[in-house]
Amino acid sequence: MTPLLAVEDLNIWFELPNGGELHAVRGVSFDLEGGERFGLVGESGCGKTTAMLSLMGLLPPNASVSGEVRLEGENILERGEESVSPHRWSDIAMVFQGAMNAFNPVKTVGSQIEEPMRLHGVAEGRVARRQVEELLERVGISKDRAARYPHEFSGGMRQRAAIAMALACEPKILLADEPTTALDVMVQAQILELLGSLASDFNLALILVTHDLPVVAQVCDRAAVMYAGEVAEAASTDALFHTPRHPYTRLLFAATPDLHAGGERVASIPGAPPRLDRPIVGCPFQPRCDRAFAPCPIETPLLKSVGERHVAACHLNDHVREALPA
Amino acid sequence: MSTNGSKPLLEVEGLHARYPVGRGIVGTVSRAPKLEVRAVDGVSFSLKRGEMLALVGESGCGKTSTAQSILRMIELSGGSIRFDGEEISGLSAKQLRPLRRRMQIVYQDPYESLDPRFRVGATIEEPLQVHGIGSKDDRREEVKRALELAGLTPPELYIDRYPHELSGGQRQRVAIAASLVLHPELLVADEPVSMLDVSVRAGILSILDELRDNGLAVLMITHDLSTAAHYADRIAVMYLGRIVEEGPTREVIENAQHPYTRALLSVVPKRDPRDRGTPQILRGETPNSIHIPPGCRFNPRCPMAIAECKTVDPELRRPAASRDPEHRAACIRV
Repeated sequence: MTPLLAVEDLNIWFELPNGGELHAVRGVSFDLEGGERFGLVGESGCGKTTAMLSLMGLLPPNASVSGEVRLEGENILERGEESVSPHRWSDIAMVFQGAMNAFNPVKTVGSQIEEPMRLHGVAEGRVARRQVEELLERVGISKDRAARYPHEFSGGMRQRAAIAMALACEPKILLADEPTTALDVMVQAQILELLGSLASDFNLALILVTHDLPVVAQVCDRAAVMYAGEVAEAASTDALFHTPRHPYTRLLFAATPDLHAGGERVASIPGAPPRLDRPIVGCPFQPRCDRAFAPCPIETPLLKSVGERHVAACHLNDHVREALPA
Repeated sequence: MSTNGSKPLLEVEGLHARYPVGRGIVGTVSRAPKLEVRAVDGVSFSLKRGEMLALVGESGCGKTSTAQSILRMIELSGGSIRFDGEEISGLSAKQLRPLRRRMQIVYQDPYESLDPRFRVGATIEEPLQVHGIGSKDDRREEVKRALELAGLTPPELYIDRYPHELSGGQRQRVAIAASLVLHPELLVADEPVSMLDVSVRAGILSILDELRDNGLAVLMITHDLSTAAHYADRIAVMYLGRIVEEGPTREVIENAQHPYTRALLSVVPKRDPRDRGTPQILRGETPNSIHIPPGCRFNPRCPMAIAECKTVDPELRRPAASRDPEHRAACIRV
């Protein structure tokens, strides 16, 4: 069966003003089924947002892209803007990081949600206004607030409105970039609950981009852990937590405090991610890894299957598998 | 310096901080009632040397205002603050000066709190110069000592660098070093890791941990209950300007009594995907601290509220189901 979305060997480079090149996304592959909740986890600079912007065809002009992004089998990267624009908002929509602070302060919230509907020919006039009201109600905002201005909304309400706006053209896939990062934990719970119920009600596939592992663990079925522009490991969230096959995944969980793991030591990962404007030799995580061995500084580990829908890019997996009896 | 182990270093009682709210031209002309934000509305707690207290709550709950009023960075509207036995709430700026070096603060954002034109060494040395401490060489030694305490070793590697040459975690370590150079007895850490990547947070928090073990009193302000659960000795949960529950960390996390604390704990995402409890999501948002509800301030959102909760403003007292004599909650139902 063709997955709803298949990203294959996606590479993104940025041309730097000094003539150099920054390889921000390095051979990323993953796929997504309809209605699935997928997490893209990683720390700042790991390329998760850049990868998402390429699915929307919204990379800045100094970026170049290779690889394939197949939406229901069609490679939407093939002819650049021409092939991606018909899908933007109508098939793939995005709630940008900080979207709740990006509303135009002098226009009503309702008119700003209506705008994409008009631009994409979904609805106009009274029909569009009615749809805006329905959308607002669906995300938990009373419909008579459509005529209000952004400053009359709290942060959580603006985030709900930003989600409503992304849903204006009834997309199949919603990309949510750090949708709860600036919010309090109670409001975060409200927004995550909303995203979950939207995904089930509309069979909407969700890609949740975040640095917050527990949020992904609670919301997503599967996730990819990114490091230095690459997918280090991708699996069900259950496997990532209980049987990680990449040291970075394990160490990242160990660096995350948990309410009920009182006695357990929380340990930071020493060092910093590599610079992406220089070639990386061997495994990008090797200098910070607690299990690095002979091949790690020399050979780049490939993303290999280590279980059912479980892939990891780590030499240890070859090593361990060879050592184990078949 | 007295080092009586059992006597608290900091005792705060009935602290109030209010800010006037502008009524606008129309409001002033029409003599609309004067409004004020009651950011801190009767907060009491104490902190010992060698202890870390986490002040936890959502934005707007008054946790930062509480810390700022203790450090006398904002005006108090009432209450008492005793530092090492001395009442400091009425002291003038001049009288406060010798006390200032004994209490320091680390801010949330190490990208904003460091002057980009100052080398690391100069940033850390500045407090020593302000207080006129030591010769140039002495100060250099103190700077190195502070860098080492903050985990920036060897100090020679960092002392001549500029902030832009450092990572976020290293910058926060510089900010900590600058706060330690005066040998403070109380350190206020206001969301010290919330701007940092997960993989470096533990390193910063373990510095605070170590300093606490060496006798520093640490008041950590955080919105992150998981972090508080891991590092603090005691947790105080704030809601709308008031502490609603307080006690030893394990007791507050595992035997929370106040309905607000229980709701808050239930929505903290857990690392284990199998551990998906039913979050008890409170509807709506925290009311603003201009219009604090009468009676129990939590009653309009409380799942356990009864008629009495609308009239009785509950005091902090030991709940019936508590397992620790130091556990207190402000709720008439527990």
